[in-house]
Amino acid sequence: MSEQAAAGEQAAAGEQAAAGEQAAAGEQAAAGEQAAAGPRPSLGRLLIESVIEGHTAVVTALAFIAAIVVGGLLIAFTDPAVLHAWGNFLSAPGNAIAQAFDSASSAYLAMFEGSVVNPHTVAALFQQKSLSVAFRDGAVSAVFDPLSETAVNATPLILAGLSVAIAFRAGLFNIGAQSQYIGGALVCTWLGFGVSLPPVIHVVVCVLGAIIGGAVIGWIPGVLKAATGAHEVIVTIMLNYVMAYFLAWILGTSAMQRPGRTDLISPIIAGDAHLPLLLGSHLRVNASFLIALACAIGVWWLLTRSSIGFEFRSVGASPSAARNAGMNVPRTWMLVFLVAGALAGLASTAVVQGTDFSLNFQSYGTFGIDAITVALLGRARPLGVVLAALLFGALHAGGILMQAVTSTPLTITTVIQSVVVLFVAAPPLIRGIFRLHKATARGADQSLAKGWNG
Amino acid sequence: MKLELRGITKRYGSLVANDRIDLTVEPGQIHGLLGENGAGKTTLMNVLYGLTQPDEGEILIDGQAAALHSPKDAIGVGIGMVHQHFMLVPVFTVAENVTLGDERARVFGLLDRRRMRREVRELSEAYGLEVDPDAYVEDLPVGVQQRVEIVKALVRQAGVLILDEPTSVLTPGETEELFTIMRQLKGGGRSIIFISHKLREVQAIADTITVIRRGRVVGNRSAAASDAELAELMVGRSVALRVSKPPANPGDVVLEVRDLAVEHHHGQFAADRVSFEVRSGEILGIAGVQGNGQTELAEALLGLRPATSGTVRLGGRDITGDPPRERLRAGIGYIPEDRQEDGLIAPFSVAENMILDVYDRPPYARGIALNLDAIRSTAISRTAEFDVRTTSIDTPVGTLSGGNQQKVILAREIGRELKVLVASQPTRGLDVGSIEFVHRRIIAQRDRGVAVLIISAELDEIYELADRIAVMYEGRITGIRPPTVPVAELGLLMSGGMTDADGAGGAPGGGPAGHGRPAAGEDDRRATRGGET
Repeated sequence: MSEQAAAGEQAAAGEQAAAGEQAAAGEQAAAGEQAAAGPRPSLGRLLIESVIEGHTAVVTALAFIAAIVVGGLLIAFTDPAVLHAWGNFLSAPGNAIAQAFDSASSAYLAMFEGSVVNPHTVAALFQQKSLSVAFRDGAVSAVFDPLSETAVNATPLILAGLSVAIAFRAGLFNIGAQSQYIGGALVCTWLGFGVSLPPVIHVVVCVLGAIIGGAVIGWIPGVLKAATGAHEVIVTIMLNYVMAYFLAWILGTSAMQRPGRTDLISPIIAGDAHLPLLLGSHLRVNASFLIALACAIGVWWLLTRSSIGFEFRSVGASPSAARNAGMNVPRTWMLVFLVAGALAGLASTAVVQGTDFSLNFQSYGTFGIDAITVALLGRARPLGVVLAALLFGALHAGGILMQAVTSTPLTITTVIQSVVVLFVAAPPLIRGIFRLHKATARGADQSLAKGWNG
Repeated sequence: MKLELRGITKRYGSLVANDRIDLTVEPGQIHGLLGENGAGKTTLMNVLYGLTQPDEGEILIDGQAAALHSPKDAIGVGIGMVHQHFMLVPVFTVAENVTLGDERARVFGLLDRRRMRREVRELSEAYGLEVDPDAYVEDLPVGVQQRVEIVKALVRQAGVLILDEPTSVLTPGETEELFTIMRQLKGGGRSIIFISHKLREVQAIADTITVIRRGRVVGNRSAAASDAELAELMVGRSVALRVSKPPANPGDVVLEVRDLAVEHHHGQFAADRVSFEVRSGEILGIAGVQGNGQTELAEALLGLRPATSGTVRLGGRDITGDPPRERLRAGIGYIPEDRQEDGLIAPFSVAENMILDVYDRPPYARGIALNLDAIRSTAISRTAEFDVRTTSIDTPVGTLSGGNQQKVILAREIGRELKVLVASQPTRGLDVGSIEFVHRRIIAQRDRGVAVLIISAELDEIYELADRIAVMYEGRITGIRPPTVPVAELGLLMSGGMTDADGAGGAPGGGPAGHGRPAAGEDDRRATRGGET
C-alpha cells in the first residue's frame, strides 16, 4: 500500500514537472521559434508523451488506491465478526470501526505476504545456521516464493494482454484471446505427450506449436473481417465458445483423453517438454516469464520501430488515411490477428509447459477476459501491459494466501481488478474524486490552444 | 433593426478567438464580414447567435442591451442564422422544415399546417424566393435548400440575417440569384451579415465591409475598397492574388482516361463515361459544383474505388486494375479532398505523416526495420523546404493549422518523383497565404513536366491554375474549354444547361491559344487582380 502511494506521489510530481516544461515549450512556440530543426531526441514528443504517460500513471495509481478502499470496505462488511460489531455500533462505536479496519488490513496484509514478501520467511532465513543450509532447506526459496508466484500468475496475462493490446493499436478488438489460447494449448499439449523428441528440441517444438495453433485461430476472425467485413468482436466471441466446446469434446476422445481417466483431462506432457525453471526446483517461476518479457520488448519494437508496426498503427489510427497512402487495410487486419493469435497461443505454454503439464476442459480459466482488462489498464502499451499483468498476477497470487489465512473469499481480488478498471476507464471520475480536475483541464486546454495557434 | 456589438472578447484558454470586437450593422444594410479561416468570424457569429457566451462585451439591439444565452434568445430578438451546413430534415416538406422548432398548435395540439404553408408562400413571393412549401427538401437543389433556410429565419421575424459562407455550395448562377434575393431583403429593411473569405463576392454585395484578422477588427471599408487593400488587411501583408504562371509547355499524354465509369450504388453512376487526357507539363482543371462525381473520379484514378468500366492509362500502361499502392509507386501523387480524414493521421507526428506512403521503402526502411534517422532527416529538411510551421517534427499533425497540414501532405506527395499529380480541392479551407504557397508549388510541378489534374469547386482556383478546364456535371464531363472561357459559359456547363454533343470531346484546348488573356466578359473582373502580381 505505502509503495503504491509513493509511486503515485512520484508520478504526480513528474506530471507537474512535465506540465511546467510543456508550458515553457508552448511559449517558445508562441514566440514563433522554429524548433523543427532541433536536436535529435526531440523535446515535443518527449513532453507530450510524458504528459500523457504521467497523466495515465497518476490516474491508474489513484484508481488502484480507490479500488483498494472499495475492496477493503467489501472485505470488512462481508466479515461476520465486523457485522456483529457494527450491530452494537451505538454502544461501542470504536470497536466497530476497529473491527472493520482489522478485518480489511489483515486481509490485505495476507495478500501482500502472498504476492511480494512474507516477513516470517525472512525472519526464518536469519535463524538458519549458514547460507548453504538456508539454500538446501529451501529457506531462501521460501523468501522468494511470493514473487515467484506473482510472476507465474502474471506470465500468461502478459502474453495474452499483449495479444489484445497489439490489436487495440491496430484499431481491432481481440475479444478472442481465449479461443486462441485454447488453440495454442491443444497443439502444445498434443506435441508434448504425443511426440517424442530430444530434450531441448521438444520444448522448442511445443512452443512453436502453441504459436501456430494460436495464430491459426486468430487468423479466422482476421480473414473473415478482411474478406466479408464480419465484425471481429462477434466472430471472436463466438470462436471463444466454439473452441471451449471443441476442447471439452476432444478431451473426451481417445486422441486427447488421459488413459484410464473418465474426466476431461489430457495425458501429462513429457518431462523434456517442460520449460526450464529459473530459480531452482522449489520455485515455479520458469522460462515462460522471460519469453513473455522478450515478447513485450518484441511487440514494442514491432509497433514503434518496424514498417509492419507503422502499418498497424496507421490502420488503427485512420483506416481511410492508410488506404489513401496505399496500405492494404484488409491484409493488415489479417496480419494483426495472426500476430495477436500467436501471442495468445504462446500464453498457453506458460501453463501447459510451465505449471500444469496437462490440459483439462477449464484450463483456459479467465485469461481471455483478464487479457482485455490488462491491455486496457496498460493503455495498450507493452510496458503498461507488463506492469498491469504483474499487478493482476500479484492480486491473484496474494488472493490465494488471503483466502487461506483470513477466509476472505478469493473473488474479492476480482472485485478489486474490476474496480481498478472501472476507475481507469472513467478518468474524469477519478480526477473528480481527487480534485485533479481543474488543474489538468486547464493544462490540457492550454497546450491544445497553443498547438492551434502555432 | 440596428445591431451593435461592443468590445466582444472570447477566449479559449490562452487563445483569444475574439479580441474586443466592435461591429455595427445599420438597418437595411448588407454588412460583409471578411476574414481568413480561423480569423474568428464563426466564433463571433456563435456569440451573436447565443451558441457561446462572450467573456466580455455586450450586444445591443436597437440600443438595448440583449442577453443571448441560447439560439432561442437570439431568435427572440430577431436574429436569424443560415448555417454553412444546412439544418434541414431531408424527408420533410419545406413547410414542415420551416415549422420545425417553432410549431404553433391549434386546439388539441394539431399543427397549424395551413398557416405555415401560407406564410412560406407569402414570404417566398414577397422576396422572390420561389420556394414551394409542399416540396420535399431532399428533392430540392442546394440553392433552393438555402432559400428554405432563409425562409425559416424570416418566418421567425428575423431583422438581422446572418449568412455563414453561403456561396460555398453554389454555382455561379445560384450565387447571382442569392445576391438578388439579398438585395430584395435589404430593400425590405432587413439587415444582413454576409460572412465570407471570398473578396470578390463581398465586394459585389456588401455595403460596408469589416475585416477580421486573428480575432481583431483590422479595418472597416466601403464596398469601393480595392481587392489589394482588402487582401492585405485580411492577411496582414501584401499577397500576390494571382500567382504568375508561365505558359504551359505540354508534352506527351501521361494520364489517359477513357470512358471511365464509377458506380455509386446499384445502377447509379457517380462518374459516367468520363474521358480526358492530361499531358506532361499541363494542368487540367476539373470544375463543377461539389457532389457531381469529382470525388469518385479522383478515387477511381487512385484505385481507391473500383472502376465499373473504362480504362485509366499511365504513360501508355493500363493501370485500371492496379491497387492504390502500385499506382502511387508508378508515380501518381494524390492530394485528397478531405485532408483530415484521408490525407493525414492526426495523432501521428509530422515526421510520420511525411512518409505515410513510402514508409516501407528505402531509405526509410531496411527490411521491416524503420530507419528513424532517415525519417527524421527527411522530415527536418522537408519542414524547412515547405515552410511547415510546427514546434517540432514530432508534433502530432492534428494540432497544426489547416495550411500547415496541407503543406505536410504537399511535402509528402511532391517529395517523390511524380508523373501525375491529382489534387482534389487542394486549397479548401486554407488562408490566402497558404493558397498562394500551394498554387506556386503545383505550378512548379507542372513546369517540371508533371501532368497535373486539379479538381476544385472554386472557379477562381480553376481559372488561376488550369491550362484547360473540364467541367463535370452529374458524373459526366459536359465540356472541356481553354482557360479563356467566360464564366457564364462555365456556369452553364456546371449546371447542365449546356453539354457538348458527345459529353466528353469538346475543344482540345491546351494549345498555345489557351494562354491568352481572359475573354472580354472576364477581363474587367480579373484585370485588377492581374495588376497585383
